Amino acid sequence: MSVTAAPAAWSKVRQDPGWLVRLFDTKPFLIVACLLPALGLLGVFLTYPLGLGIYLAFTDTTIGRRGIWVGLENFEYLFTDPIFWNAVFYSVFYTGVATIGKFALGLWLALLLNNHLPFKSLLRAIILLPWIVPTVLSAIAFWWIYDPQFSIISYLLVDVLGWRSTNIDFLGSAWPARWSLIVANIWRGIPFVAISLLAGLQTISPSLYEAALLDGSTGWQRFRYITFPMLMPILAIVMTFSIIFTFTDFQLVYAITRGGPVNSTHLLATLAFQRGIPGGQLGEGAAIAVSMIPFLVFATLFSYFGLSRRKWQQGEGND
Amino acid sequence: MANLITRRDAAAVAMAGASLALGQASAQAPAASPIVALPAERPALPLEPGATLRMLRPVRFVQPDEDVWRANCARFTQQTGVQVRVDFVGWEDITQQTAVTANTGAGPDIIVGFDGGPHLFADKVLDLTDIATYLGTKYGGWRPLARADGMRQGRFIGLPFGASGGPAIWRTSALREAGFERPPEDHAGFLRLCQALRRINKPAGFALGNAVGDGNAFANWLVWSHGGFLVDENGAVGINSPQTINALTYLRELYPTFINGTLSWGDISNNRAYAAGEISLTQNGVSLYFSIKNDPAMAPIAEDTQMTPMPKGLADAAPNAGLTLNAMVFRHSRFPNAAKALLAFLMETEQYDPWLQANIGYWSQPLNAYAASATWNQDPKVAVFRDTMNSNFWNGFKGPITEGSVAATADYVMVQMCASVASGQATPQAAAREAERRATRFFRAR
Repeated sequence: MSVTAAPAAWSKVRQDPGWLVRLFDTKPFLIVACLLPALGLLGVFLTYPLGLGIYLAFTDTTIGRRGIWVGLENFEYLFTDPIFWNAVFYSVFYTGVATIGKFALGLWLALLLNNHLPFKSLLRAIILLPWIVPTVLSAIAFWWIYDPQFSIISYLLVDVLGWRSTNIDFLGSAWPARWSLIVANIWRGIPFVAISLLAGLQTISPSLYEAALLDGSTGWQRFRYITFPMLMPILAIVMTFSIIFTFTDFQLVYAITRGGPVNSTHLLATLAFQRGIPGGQLGEGAAIAVSMIPFLVFATLFSYFGLSRRKWQQGEGND
Repeated sequence: MANLITRRDAAAVAMAGASLALGQASAQAPAASPIVALPAERPALPLEPGATLRMLRPVRFVQPDEDVWRANCARFTQQTGVQVRVDFVGWEDITQQTAVTANTGAGPDIIVGFDGGPHLFADKVLDLTDIATYLGTKYGGWRPLARADGMRQGRFIGLPFGASGGPAIWRTSALREAGFERPPEDHAGFLRLCQALRRINKPAGFALGNAVGDGNAFANWLVWSHGGFLVDENGAVGINSPQTINALTYLRELYPTFINGTLSWGDISNNRAYAAGEISLTQNGVSLYFSIKNDPAMAPIAEDTQMTPMPKGLADAAPNAGLTLNAMVFRHSRFPNAAKALLAFLMETEQYDPWLQANIGYWSQPLNAYAASATWNQDPKVAVFRDTMNSNFWNGFKGPITEGSVAATADYVMVQMCASVASGQATPQAAAREAERRATRFFRAR
């Protein structure tokens, strides 16, 4: 009777999933499918341009003519080119001095901002301004500040205060021009360092300072034994970024001096651009750009190994 | 057409000063010019059915330049039915866009580039000898700079539309105070003038920084006026010559008379210093004159300003290579006849003279007959630009135009040779050797 018919409804087996469903349930396929977009993006926008750049460095391609493989010829020429070595020297010098300046001033600023001040948030916002303004705009501002005829600094010193009788020639000779650019770069880089380090400072627990105060520590001791070690991890990563940004800087130098006077302020990036794009020597420009890679790899490894050491992170011994 | 220009002018007035006032007048009603056209047979260019053209051009100096250019192209469309699209691109981009177009074989049919552009892509552009010969016969012949930039091995591969030169620009009152009526044509006299100007504290100033236009113009003048050259007729590097060393030795005396800071001058620095009255003698294109003329506050300076070619020195004529607008038609164009017909059409009096006048002197004609254009009667001071293309010097003088000359200019080889001597970093001999080393690299055979 109807009672005996009932089990038939229950005997229905679960439907086999379709091939598409099975496909999307297989783990290897899923891994590939999910990674593919990311790999595609990386390949198209990172690996291909980088690979092409490296390939071009070994050809004599110019704008308008496909080059042929010339092996190391570009590098051989560059290694005999004093202008190239000058750019290497200035890139390293610029990065070194500007990084030290940025970190000294940035850390100081961060410590000041970490105190309780009236209008704290407003002050922090203002500090960020040099970083927010597009580099080219601040470069143009500095270009005016350093102008041989119309510099505001010269105007103040000569016409207002009367301390000098001639304008300062900021960019007319090698060393003043180099230092002027470094000052501009430091001015621009301080906010990044200061705000990042401020974030680090705020993660340090106040109880550490309280305990130290109870032990009768001095201000310097608190900085040396609490603030600095606790800040080390973030200091290392901010420094890596800062070194990379500074080493590959282009806009400040290009807008203010274009590498002049007589090539004394060329960075590798500006020299690579000048030779490669306006000069049309794509191969040689690429070779100059490629020669920046070892320096950048070094900076990255520095941070990688630095960060993986617990001493830097927790102020303990090496392990 | 009239409506079009009126509307655009309204926008233009808001944009920039009175340069337009002058320009508008000429754009709306070009003065009649006594231009003589000789009989010549126009080559038969049967237009391809359904032809459309795309043209790329550097952006304008003054608004009427663009207006008249577009109007001329519109008239071509009206008369032939060939649609023409004109795009204006920034000056820095035109070389790269040309390179991409030439290499990919796609993009605009016509590019109006600069200087030696067509020479870099000689195998990618069409031979324009037929229309160039026709235009040359009809309008009194091509001027020397037009031939240098337009021709390669006896054939026209580019069609020059005009050039912009860089004469000396100076303050009459300052020169008079220094005891000169006009800049002398010889080196010794020019040095005396600069020394005298320095004494009365109204010095000269010439860019020695990495300034693409002004820096190269001055360095080229210095070397060329002493008989030196970067490469010889065959393209072999010849910069390390006694003539160059003479030029650099001369610069060592000349440089101390300049205002301080010229080693870091860019392209705009001398304009500012001149407009501010800090210098009384420099070298620049016509833009400097117009910028002071059109500023009411500067009217007295404009009144006091004169322009003359740079001193000849040992050369036959003032050594100055104008910046040439040079049109090329690409082989990949599907409508080569239409493209050639358009270029020839634009060079005919009815189109070219209004355009020349609209440019109020920024561009100077490549064809002799247009020297009679009313452009050159509008302001006697601008007349110095009339013969810009009568120059026997070109960028890359005196070799064939190659990518080497482009690279050497972009790398400031000549400018830095001069700057290193002026700053005392190098002796003339060492500087010439260094320039030779760098140039040898750029001009190497490949």
